Amino acid sequence: MLRYTVHRVLLTIPTLLGVALLVFFMLRVVPGDVVEVKLRGDGGAVSQETIEAERKRLGLDKPLVTQFTGWMAGMAKGDFGISMWTERPVMEEIGLRLELSLQVAIMATIIAVLIAIPLGTMAALFRDTWIDYLTRIITIGGLSIPSFWFGMLIMLSLLYFFNWLPPITFTPIYEDPVANLTQLIWPALAVGYRYCAVVARMIRSSLLEVLNEDYIRTARAKGVFEKLVITRHALRNALLPAITVIGLEFTFLIGGLVVTEQVFNLNGIGQLFVQSVARNDFTLIQGMVMLIAAFYVFVNLAVDLLYAVFDPRIRYA
Amino acid sequence: MTMVLPAQSEAAPRAPRGPIVEFCRQQPLGAVSFVIILIMMLAGIFSPYVAPYDPLAIDFASILSPPSWEHWCGTDAFGRDICSRLIYGSRTALVIGFTSSFVGSTMGAILGIASAYFGGKIDNWIQRFMDILLAFPLIVLALVVVAALRRFVVGGVDVNLIFAIAIPIIPRVARVVRAAALGIRVMPYVDAARAAGYSNSRIIFRHMAPNVVAPYLIMLTAFIAQAILAEASLSFLGLGVVEPTAAWGLMLSGNAADFFREAPWMILFPGAAISLAVFAFNLFGDSLRDFLDPRFKV
Repeated sequence: MLRYTVHRVLLTIPTLLGVALLVFFMLRVVPGDVVEVKLRGDGGAVSQETIEAERKRLGLDKPLVTQFTGWMAGMAKGDFGISMWTERPVMEEIGLRLELSLQVAIMATIIAVLIAIPLGTMAALFRDTWIDYLTRIITIGGLSIPSFWFGMLIMLSLLYFFNWLPPITFTPIYEDPVANLTQLIWPALAVGYRYCAVVARMIRSSLLEVLNEDYIRTARAKGVFEKLVITRHALRNALLPAITVIGLEFTFLIGGLVVTEQVFNLNGIGQLFVQSVARNDFTLIQGMVMLIAAFYVFVNLAVDLLYAVFDPRIRYA
Repeated sequence: MTMVLPAQSEAAPRAPRGPIVEFCRQQPLGAVSFVIILIMMLAGIFSPYVAPYDPLAIDFASILSPPSWEHWCGTDAFGRDICSRLIYGSRTALVIGFTSSFVGSTMGAILGIASAYFGGKIDNWIQRFMDILLAFPLIVLALVVVAALRRFVVGGVDVNLIFAIAIPIIPRVARVVRAAALGIRVMPYVDAARAAGYSNSRIIFRHMAPNVVAPYLIMLTAFIAQAILAEASLSFLGLGVVEPTAAWGLMLSGNAADFFREAPWMILFPGAAISLAVFAFNLFGDSLRDFLDPRFKV
């Protein structure tokens, strides 16, 4: 087990290094940078010298390799550099917004899982009946309706039915839970719908697979109540693949948040990412990409290791 | 939606039918989605003839007018006819959706087959690279590519956007095609082809590629849905298609949000168009998968 763990942990290093290389050089292949957006963005006539001076100040004039090694050396010490736009530390910018996005993501996960487990189970148990078809329509809807439009519809219905819109300013949950939840529950619903659809489909298919297993027939043959067969024997085994999907989709929630935060005007990680792309803020983009990739890689690692714990065949392969 | 039972294979022998008839019979939902796609395609191709108004014509006399017989879906803040803009928007959605999915899936398929065929070091390198690309959610990688390529338009087509959406598709297709190709690589006919002294490229393109067409087509359709969604999201964020081009995602951004209260139709119709298009391609992809290869059933 130790051998396997060490091997898997070491494998994350080349992946993250690859992500760093890819992002760093991709951003710099095509000419154009933050200085141009900043100084010429409003159509202002700024002399070439001013632009060069600003580039020099931000270190954009140095050779790419020097810039890259500098960035890597900083990251090794936990320093992700400063944002080229706001000139505040990248980690500070991200830290300011992480709480909000993380809370929305966790709430979306809870909502999604709470709805998906019964939905997927019912669809599998009543396969090819109207329940299954209804679930299929709901889940395909979840995969098709853009989360940002769903968010707009939520806002529109709140306005139409209650003549009320959620508050715009963020209050931490430990200060005022009511104000916090009334603001964040809606974006969580908007991104949670898709998430729920993905998980429900997974549960349906893995439950259908498990229900064909011999041990289910054995359990039924020895007279176990059907309810227990489903909850103890079938669902428990069917949830393992679903947990993988829940874990991996959680890291992908940031994708939904990128757009949905814009709709609800939430000052979170997603909005920060969009802003930094629009501003060509290289350091901030790099920092956020590294964070997202690292998060994904570690969730993946955790899922793999958990699998190895549960399934000894993987450890010795 | 009518309740349709999936076609069970009946024992009675039947006269052979064309694949399209057979598809419609086995996958009625798939047939419905195909009709939706067909309507979208026709609307996209013949937009100038189908659209009641010029999508760019500004009419200050009828700003923000609600849906009526004159303007089926109402007008926007510039008095432009939303229905006509939706029709022209299907062009944008289909061109970018199809092209990026095609580019991404094809490159993914080639990498996947090559990876499975050569194995060893090459397989390892390709897979490591795919792992790197897979460490991003689709829309995040697309945004990074947008940031990298900036605006890059050739002949009215947003090439930067197509690449931004195609690149995240590559590793996802490559993984599936590689898995399928690994099964084919060990088939006796591949060994036979190698024993006969055929070149690598001949074996890959003549012997292996035809056998991964099913997963390739399934992924291609499924990713058209994802690509349309990604295009709409990027345009909504102001990082995709730009005004005044008619694009569904773009119609939801900017002043649509400002007139939330007064003109909800500005939000309802474009979003419904995106959802319907993505829904149709998702459903069609699903049905195609069930029809072509029941083993891929999820």
